[in-house]
Amino acid sequence: MIDWLFDLSHWTGSEGILVRVAEHLLYSAIALLIAAVIAVPIGLYVGHTRKGVVWVAGFANILRALPSIGLIVLLVIVFGPLFASDLAFLIPSLIVLVLLAVPPIMTGTYAGMVAVDAAVVDAARGMGYNPLGILFRVELPCALPLMLSGLRGATLQVISTATIASYVSLGGIGRLIIDGRAQNDYAQMAAGAFLVAVLALGVDLLIGLLSFILVSPGLTRRTTKVVRRSSIC
Amino acid sequence: MKFDWIAHESGTIAGLFWSHLILSVLPVLIGLALALPLGWGAQRSGVFKSTFLGSAGLLYTIPALALFVLLPGIIGSKILDPMNVVIALTLYSLALLIRTVSDGLDSVPEDILQAADAMGYRALHRLVAVELPIAIPVIAANLRVAVVSNVSVVSVAALIGTPQLGLLFSQGMQQRFLTPIIVGIALCLLLAVLLDGLVILLAVQLTSWQPRKVQS
Repeated sequence: MIDWLFDLSHWTGSEGILVRVAEHLLYSAIALLIAAVIAVPIGLYVGHTRKGVVWVAGFANILRALPSIGLIVLLVIVFGPLFASDLAFLIPSLIVLVLLAVPPIMTGTYAGMVAVDAAVVDAARGMGYNPLGILFRVELPCALPLMLSGLRGATLQVISTATIASYVSLGGIGRLIIDGRAQNDYAQMAAGAFLVAVLALGVDLLIGLLSFILVSPGLTRRTTKVVRRSSIC
Repeated sequence: MKFDWIAHESGTIAGLFWSHLILSVLPVLIGLALALPLGWGAQRSGVFKSTFLGSAGLLYTIPALALFVLLPGIIGSKILDPMNVVIALTLYSLALLIRTVSDGLDSVPEDILQAADAMGYRALHRLVAVELPIAIPVIAANLRVAVVSNVSVVSVAALIGTPQLGLLFSQGMQQRFLTPIIVGIALCLLLAVLLDGLVILLAVQLTSWQPRKVQS
């Protein structure tokens, strides 16, 4: 595997590792973006109004049990003939990726909104915030930690499922695993598996970093720690 | 849908269903057996708790297919060996359940612990007779997640060729034939619902002392 990875000819070219990693990230980013556009407004609405809670939880549960590989194959066979060229694989795979990413983002957003201290919302209302101001300047920042952890779950899910989508001829790092399996080339398979694992860990770390930057310090008690430390000195 | 195909292949499908069942349940059972002492240890370990749980969570980050492929290289098994799937899923279940057991034990109210101590329970006896029963609702809720997501993750192993319901998907893809795919999805969902129900039932049985329904 290590020899395979250190062979420079495997990295470059139109089917090299660099292109595969870029494809993988591109599919994942598109799917996550679409999923966020769908899931965040629904999560905010449900969390703000507390309507349709049961529906959200039930939807998330059913999707967890649905075998993603079965769904991708099903969609490719049903919708594949409708599209020309590579779109026949790309569109079904993206649909499944979006479908998988929506529940974690939606439940994360909803849970974050529900976890916002009612006293904080009351205080904001008393200070004269209008409903939209409460939503965007009070509830949303307070819900951000749980929203980002939902996004984190969705990202992992999407990156790992994008690997599987290579089975239906999609690009991405999964190609190395699927092609390696077909050619009985374990070194290539293991290299692909290793790269996906590293990519997943790296992206996870990145989102962790992002939430460290984005989340208001008032919510994480980071500032209180600093104050306490300085008072000891 | 071609029902004559289903009738013709029913023996094979039943076999695949059975292996799918084993591959989904066995890892959760092993994972739970390991998570109980480890989760208890994590909850007691104080400062190391977050580091311990964090490294368990890191495991969860690695995509299933990657683990299925890498394990043979690490433990020296054959790529088609179902053991790879069992070990990989055991690691996932363990990662989820260690945190669960630790959270479940954390959910036991302090006054109950003090009452148990005052009644003369020793550490281990208190854990088994008082803390674990009270932690069951929290543990069961995540056990449901572990079992149900395992059912769907097991089918990924079809890409490396381990026999289970996922093989119906690859068969359908190769032959451009919808029936096995629909049968496979339906049976996966059925299995998930059955196992989910079983965990709920067990949890209710084990918490018969509770006046109200446990599950949300």
